[in-house]
Amino acid sequence: MIIQTTESLRPLSDEVVRLDGVTRHYTVGEEIVRALDGVSFSMRRGSYWAIMGPSGSGKSTMLNILGCLDRPSSGAYWLNGENVAEMDDNALSDHRLRNLGFVFQSFHLIPQLTVSENIEVPMLYLGLSQSDRKRKAEVLAERVGMSHRLRHLPSELSGGQRQRVAVARALANDPAVLLADEPTGNLDSTTSVQIMGLFQELYEQGKTVILVTHEPDIAAYAKACIVLKDGVILSVTEEGK
Amino acid sequence: MNQVRYFWPFIKLGLSDVWRHKTRSLLTMLGMVFGVGSVIAMLAVGEGASQQALDSIKRLGSENIMVMSVKPTEDEGTSTGAQRGRLAVYGLLYEDEKRILETVPGVVITVPARMTRRNARLNERQLEMRVVETIPGWFEVVQRPILAGRVLTANDMQMRANVCVLTEHGVRRLLAAEEMIGQRIRIASGVFEVIGIVKNETGGTVRAPDSEADAYIPITTGTKLFGEANIRYSAGGMEGEKVELSQIIVKMSNTAAVEPGSKAIEAVLARFHKKKDFRIDVPLTLLREAERTKRTYNIVLGAIAGISLLVGGIGIMNIMLASVTERTKEIGIRRAIGARRSRIVVQFLINTCVLSIGGGLLGLLLGVGIPFLITAFTDMPTVVQPYSLALAFGISVGVGIVFGLYPAMRAAALDPIEALRHE
Repeated sequence: MIIQTTESLRPLSDEVVRLDGVTRHYTVGEEIVRALDGVSFSMRRGSYWAIMGPSGSGKSTMLNILGCLDRPSSGAYWLNGENVAEMDDNALSDHRLRNLGFVFQSFHLIPQLTVSENIEVPMLYLGLSQSDRKRKAEVLAERVGMSHRLRHLPSELSGGQRQRVAVARALANDPAVLLADEPTGNLDSTTSVQIMGLFQELYEQGKTVILVTHEPDIAAYAKACIVLKDGVILSVTEEGK
Repeated sequence: MNQVRYFWPFIKLGLSDVWRHKTRSLLTMLGMVFGVGSVIAMLAVGEGASQQALDSIKRLGSENIMVMSVKPTEDEGTSTGAQRGRLAVYGLLYEDEKRILETVPGVVITVPARMTRRNARLNERQLEMRVVETIPGWFEVVQRPILAGRVLTANDMQMRANVCVLTEHGVRRLLAAEEMIGQRIRIASGVFEVIGIVKNETGGTVRAPDSEADAYIPITTGTKLFGEANIRYSAGGMEGEKVELSQIIVKMSNTAAVEPGSKAIEAVLARFHKKKDFRIDVPLTLLREAERTKRTYNIVLGAIAGISLLVGGIGIMNIMLASVTERTKEIGIRRAIGARRSRIVVQFLINTCVLSIGGGLLGLLLGVGIPFLITAFTDMPTVVQPYSLALAFGISVGVGIVFGLYPAMRAAALDPIEALRHE
């Protein structure tokens, strides 16, 4: 890997994610923790990646930066053609709203809202009308096989069902990148297989999927893999290999 | 429209939140309930009092000063059997009227009046009326609509005519439906032709110069017929009093002249009256008193309202801060999905407003109920204004925004990564 300095070339048009020399340093007391220490890679549109590594490898920091929840200390992060590294909080929020879909380990559905309302949340912030939201939520629920539970509360669903709803919500803004953080971490093996099947389907339909996981058998579903260790890239397994 | 579409899900969320924590929400709202309730009640009481004050002006005329004859107190105290038969002489004189007119600046007109209670009779009907011997100026100072005929004129005065003007209520009681103008009625020893009927003020708490059953006659006629002494015969003998004038109404050029005028009149009369046998009533003072009362009510109720709203607002703020902690994860989720900080602020402000408006609506019910009870138990008039509804709503929204801002900012300031990790 070539570590490039600050401003790099604009990414190619089919590069949906591109990191150039991304670092993330925290100051804890008098010590500087280098959670990410110069990471560069790019991902093509429609690819299926896994980001692996043991705990403390910088995986979570990577996820936060990829998810526009955190900014790199230095380096550039191009997401869908725009450099996110220098954006302010509002611009970052807008970027998440337009370009990213999150699937979390513990589902993170809003407990007071029904399945349909949970799926509608991103559309609400995007400014869709109520009828559009309803219609689109039905389509998305159908797509993840949850259209029979639209009026239910998350507490009335099983873990696998909740994760399906979460996937539907992540798709509600038609994101450039679907970011999944240990999506099967709280599920039994049968349900895990079903959920991974869902990601496979989405990949086949042309979505860019990034899985962050420490489980090799989950990472195996992806078509390419980045392994992190101590804040740097240990290895990159490219597509088709 | 777009905004409503955006806000509605959050209003719904706020409502369901209130519903889920019914007891907590109700207790939180209590401060608002009392605050808004007392604001509405205050306005109702205030409005009632000011309408009452307005009535007082109408009844008495704010430019008038009423000077009345009063029986000196020491006379009453020593009114023993031995002194029976004595003719008590006291009160205002024509001289006094002349002095007031000549020495007090700003006087437009003075109206003397002598009032006695006498029996009036028409055919078989009898009624004790208050006979007011006065001059045509009375009708200028005590302005009442003329229902029929005419009022007294200077000519009646000169001719010492046996004519009288009756008040509406007196007429009704003497003769229900018949045409009254031109009829002759007997008042004590005299026969009078009814020349006019005027409307009279009824009810009210401030005493008006006119009463229900009045007969107005020229003062010259009165002097000729009845004299100036009013003598009552009773079992023990005779009891009488001589009062030249029962009352002088002094009309000033404007309200500003009223208070200095009343002081000047007091000074002029005091010089010639050794005993305190007169009283000065200033309607304007009564009006001021009514306004003072109203102001006192407003201050007391306003303070209650202010404190309740403050306490209510702090209570709501407290609950909202708890709610922010409770919903930290939800905030993290919303931020991760792409909600800007401002959207989180709006969401929590709406939530606070749902609470405060809920309290405000309950307070409105209370605020309509309190004046109702006040009127029922104290016969103080109250008027609940229609705009109270809008005001209650406005206050509620205001309190919601003021006290919701801090919790909302706290919610929005949360770091999304930290918030998502929160359990």
